[in-house]
Amino acid sequence: MRIQVAPDACTGCRLCRQICTIEKFGETNPRRARLTIEAQFPVPGKYVPHVCDQCGDCAEVCPSGAISRRADGVYVVDGELCSTCGVCFDACPHGVLMKGEDDVPYKCDFCWACTEVCNTGALVRAE
Amino acid sequence: MVKGFGGSTLRIDLSTGTVARAPLDPAFARAWLGGRGFVAKVIYDEVPRGADPLGPENRLVVTPGVLSGHFAPSGSKCCFGAVSPLSNGHGDSTVGGHFGPELKFAGYDLIVFTGIAPSPVYLFIDDDRVELRDASRYWGQGTMDAEKMFKEDLGEDFEIACIGPAGENLVTFACIGHDYGRQAGRCGIGAVMGSKRLKAIAVRGTRALAVHDLPALKKSTMEIIKRTAQHPNMAPWQKYGTAMFVGWSNEHGVYPTHNFQTTYFERFAGIDGQPLVDRLLVSNKACFGCWMNCGKYSKVLLPGREAVYVEGPEYETGSLCGGNCGFDQIEQVAYVNWLCDRAGIDTMTGGGMASFAMECYEKGLISREQLEGHEMRWGSIEDFEHWVDMLVHRRGIGDAFARGYAAAAAAIGGGAERLTCQVKGQGMSGYDGRGAPAMLLSYMTADIGAHHNRAWTITMDEDLGKNVIRGKAKVVVYLQHIRPFFDTVSCCRLFWGEVDVTAEEHIDALRMMTGWDDYTLDEAMRLSDRLWNLNRAHFLERNGGPGRRFDYPNARFYEEAVPSGPSEGARLTMDDLDVMLDEYYVARGWGKDGNPSREVLLDLGLDACVANLERAGLLGGLMEPLPPVRGERYKPKAF
Repeated sequence: MRIQVAPDACTGCRLCRQICTIEKFGETNPRRARLTIEAQFPVPGKYVPHVCDQCGDCAEVCPSGAISRRADGVYVVDGELCSTCGVCFDACPHGVLMKGEDDVPYKCDFCWACTEVCNTGALVRAE
Repeated sequence: MVKGFGGSTLRIDLSTGTVARAPLDPAFARAWLGGRGFVAKVIYDEVPRGADPLGPENRLVVTPGVLSGHFAPSGSKCCFGAVSPLSNGHGDSTVGGHFGPELKFAGYDLIVFTGIAPSPVYLFIDDDRVELRDASRYWGQGTMDAEKMFKEDLGEDFEIACIGPAGENLVTFACIGHDYGRQAGRCGIGAVMGSKRLKAIAVRGTRALAVHDLPALKKSTMEIIKRTAQHPNMAPWQKYGTAMFVGWSNEHGVYPTHNFQTTYFERFAGIDGQPLVDRLLVSNKACFGCWMNCGKYSKVLLPGREAVYVEGPEYETGSLCGGNCGFDQIEQVAYVNWLCDRAGIDTMTGGGMASFAMECYEKGLISREQLEGHEMRWGSIEDFEHWVDMLVHRRGIGDAFARGYAAAAAAIGGGAERLTCQVKGQGMSGYDGRGAPAMLLSYMTADIGAHHNRAWTITMDEDLGKNVIRGKAKVVVYLQHIRPFFDTVSCCRLFWGEVDVTAEEHIDALRMMTGWDDYTLDEAMRLSDRLWNLNRAHFLERNGGPGRRFDYPNARFYEEAVPSGPSEGARLTMDDLDVMLDEYYVARGWGKDGNPSREVLLDLGLDACVANLERAGLLGGLMEPLPPVRGERYKPKAF
């Protein structure tokens, strides 16, 4: 299970980032979204979405065992265990482990809201 | 604070460098909504009537509206407004992209600039941090280059709106660029920005928007997304954007060709949507929160020139910088698009002005000597490029073109005025009204001059009869209320126009955001009516009257028949224009002189306009009594 990304189909509309924060924080604030859209302009003129693929690199480097793998393969953060050391942020190969206001990381948990709102095929739920 | 809005306003005096912050007044917000509503009210109240549009007393008003930034059908817009140097009346222009939402996320609904900075500056906004900063190193840069420099210096996550050399040098149809190819293009607001020595606004916002009922808004918008995805217009729209209308307009005999000499361009196939997609397209590009992605980002390779990147050409550029200038290859149109974008020139009035220069050259009214040894031939990239350079740097005859149609025609002489396809100084959009009389009436009566966004009537003209004159004015009035409504709430009208998202659904979204449960479409239409009358009063107070004398196009549109194409033989007379204007003024409740009546102004709460117009002797007398039920004015039976 994964979010299948087709960069050529991304139009940079950021609906995914809007719905992400509406779904997870109950507010419209795309800057807090758990995925990013890299705008490569003016050259070459492409958008590249970056999403979590649940690779587990963040969990691997976490010294306090605060990031763990659920039975469904999704990695989740336990804020109680987090020491806010921050090593996990650099470990994320996609730059989508986000820093909360309390310095505790938060991340995508495959709620699929972004794939539901994307109608260009840039983000698709794949098994 | 009113939910749905950012909550704050900024007043910036560029002469003194002072920045004043104030909360948004809830009563002001409800009364004027935002976007062009805020612009109209601010400039009517504050700009002295004799003030030079390019002087310190003019206001530059920047305002995202209430829907901007929200999870609603393309809440992406930001309005830039001022007294226009083209019309010397109300001017506003709305840009999509991501700038308006970013201002909202930073907490701002309205920025009003006054004065003139002693040296070039830009406004830096990072949430609460607001500073005027030195812009000398960006001054002189083209809009895309400047945007890139700002992003490199400040961070990729800043959104930039900036002018190019045309705005800096006060070309009266200069635009404001954003997002590498979107523009607040019309009304010359870029020149006003340049006159204030304000190169750019850079903004980053990190706050959540307050929403009255976010779950309801989410549910409603998700349903609209799913529904419109199935709409038959959606797929072609996403694929071609507005570029596909080049062929469509041509087939319908309204496509401006060779400076509106005719309305059919035989070689259109090379500049339609298909060659754009086949030969130029790099990526589809959407505004914030929009799933229609009409933006087409292009890579352009012309023989002997470096590759350039440009967003477009969309339809208006594809017409006014396309067949209207005799370009028959999509690469040429896109290159000209890039030239204009980089310089910061509106491709619409810019394309129209270039075609005017080409026709003047063709007719021998301007010489090779006046063009510094160059020519101005139909379809010549070299000539167009040199002309833009003369224009932007205001050399020789280029300076006359930069000052606008009237100044250029006066400098050229020989009856050149007849070739200036404009109303109130604003170049016509990409539709010729001789094949669609209501479209011409729309241009004639629009508050900002000959622009199509106030009322686009081509299909209605065909439904009611292409040669029919009578009975259309009421529909034009209706469209002039409904279409600008979307600019007032600051979202894209194309969801309404193309995939049947209703105006009522936009009002529902407005209610969900603001909690104004009693807000109705009728209130919004009344606001549109109020704005229309306010802007008319403003225009008359600045330019004198009677209003009617400003409402005619150049003679081509009432003296010349269309010589070729599907509209061949179509011809309007001055009598036709007068019939349409009479009907229009009746529908508006204005006098035969085109001046608003006391009755209408008072009904709309515009008491100040009554006093001002009365003092100037510019109040109109009603031709027919107003309908007893006001709502009837907003729902004509013919439509």
